[in-house]
Amino acid sequence: MATDNKTADTDQLQEFRDNRDLKLQDKKNENLTTLNLGPTHPATHGIFQNILQMDGEVIMDAVPTIGYIHRAFEKIAERRPFYQITPLTDRMNYCSSPINNMGYHMTVEKLLGIEIPKRAQYIRVIMMELARISDHLICNSILGVDSGAFTGFLYVMQEREHIYDIYEEVCGARLTTNMGRIGGMERDLSPKALHLIGEFLKRFPKVWAEFEKMLTRNRIFIDRTVGVGAISAERALNYGFTGPNLRATGVDYDVRVMNPYSSYDDFEFEIPVGEKGDTYDRFLVRNEEVWQSLKIIEQAYKNLPEGSYHADAPHYYLPPKQEVYTSMEALIYHFKIVMGEIDAPKGEVYHSVEGGNGELGFYLISDGGRTPYRLHFRRPCFIYYQAYTEMIKGGQLADAILTLSSLNVIAGELDA
Amino acid sequence: MELTNENVLGKLIAQFGEENIRDAYNPDGIMTFTTNRENIIALIQYLYDDKDLQVQFLTTMAGIHFPDHKGMEMCMMYQLHSLRHNYRLRIKVFVPAEDPVLPTLTGIYATANWMEREAYDFYGFIFTGHPNLIRILNIEEMEYHPMLKQYPLEDQTREDKIDTYFGR
Repeated sequence: MATDNKTADTDQLQEFRDNRDLKLQDKKNENLTTLNLGPTHPATHGIFQNILQMDGEVIMDAVPTIGYIHRAFEKIAERRPFYQITPLTDRMNYCSSPINNMGYHMTVEKLLGIEIPKRAQYIRVIMMELARISDHLICNSILGVDSGAFTGFLYVMQEREHIYDIYEEVCGARLTTNMGRIGGMERDLSPKALHLIGEFLKRFPKVWAEFEKMLTRNRIFIDRTVGVGAISAERALNYGFTGPNLRATGVDYDVRVMNPYSSYDDFEFEIPVGEKGDTYDRFLVRNEEVWQSLKIIEQAYKNLPEGSYHADAPHYYLPPKQEVYTSMEALIYHFKIVMGEIDAPKGEVYHSVEGGNGELGFYLISDGGRTPYRLHFRRPCFIYYQAYTEMIKGGQLADAILTLSSLNVIAGELDA
Repeated sequence: MELTNENVLGKLIAQFGEENIRDAYNPDGIMTFTTNRENIIALIQYLYDDKDLQVQFLTTMAGIHFPDHKGMEMCMMYQLHSLRHNYRLRIKVFVPAEDPVLPTLTGIYATANWMEREAYDFYGFIFTGHPNLIRILNIEEMEYHPMLKQYPLEDQTREDKIDTYFGR
């Protein structure tokens, strides 16, 4: 199948390819070793390839290749009704899928102009912060594994199971959650879910303090991470870094504070920042963010407002099942929503949330139909992973692995 | 100077002229306007350097295809953010489908590198001056740009999917 503009770009593309081949030719003349890191190397925690040019143990150059688990979410989204797109967002950053779900719901709600009740917003905050904890917990404990400390990983992995139990109680799924609906949550927090969250708040601080104690002042860990994979604040901003990786360089940009959504302005919390932007700073920033997330969950849990757990938006929010069987209106809305016959208004919105790795943005254009005309995901991983080459150049191979895991590159989010 | 949509727009029109900053509207609180491909680099450089604006963060770039806009089918959306003033704005550039050529932004923002490769990969935009404009997420052998609206969701070139298996 030929494209309309294929002839226009063929010459230019050939020119780019020739230039690239010339560059590779130059490198062959030097006395370097080529090393293939990935695509399925156990230390890369995901499928992406780096072709390294090595001078002994020192990395001279790296060429990253991505796209191994590209699933064309943006294209699929153009054919699906709005409520069927939430499961696609799960599979981006699968370490913290509730944040992706909520971010997408909020984008559509912004398009539809739905106001969400306080209780639903607080439940969302609790779930998003639990997701942030599980995301940071994976990243930091894996960093420990990559530097040779396996124990901490096993300690905290138990806690991730408890977080997944809470997800399961709230939405029925554990990893790819599809949590919440456009217009609120699918059901209220059950007494058991509230109990589990309460238990988690009591138990987790001790576990995390123990984990911190094991690594933060650990001589071997510090030797392995201080000064490794550092990036300056200017370069990080130029590369579009967001989230903990940007904050580790000393820039206090956090979407939760800059553009508060879902009642984040009701809560007291701090934004931890680092100084040097190296692997150790990223580790410390994530550690501290876990404490801040706990603080937010505690406040939301204590002050959980009374009220409805979903907005009064019958056109978009599925009615309860009993009503579908007993009331005519509910039956009609149920049918129309499930069959995707509800048209969204025309519009163009951008909404971003603070994901596990940074600003997770959704740019949505609706032409008034049942599906989005265009849905673009601003995936933080995709944007900052391009700085990886610059960060590992001149360092050693073992450090490149640590840098990669401290950046928390999630292949699903990278490739979308 | 407090940044509001009105005075930023006024400032940009004073600098670049009304024919180059046009169709300004405000769909979701983020000011959106259209410019030409001749001006896009100068405009973004101006936003970057200006002391009052300091728009120094490229949030995202997204290609959009409007097959019904005859003569100006391809749209490139740049979304920028001034972290100092917490002010966002969105710039659109429309180009014809036969000639989807834009200047590269990699001279100002290193992060534009992969965003432009993605736009090339999915929409076929050509960015002149880009250091390494090759496909990024799709396979290199692919002969078309899959996000264009003329391509249906399923890959029509596949031969292993027989209609009878799918009840067609």
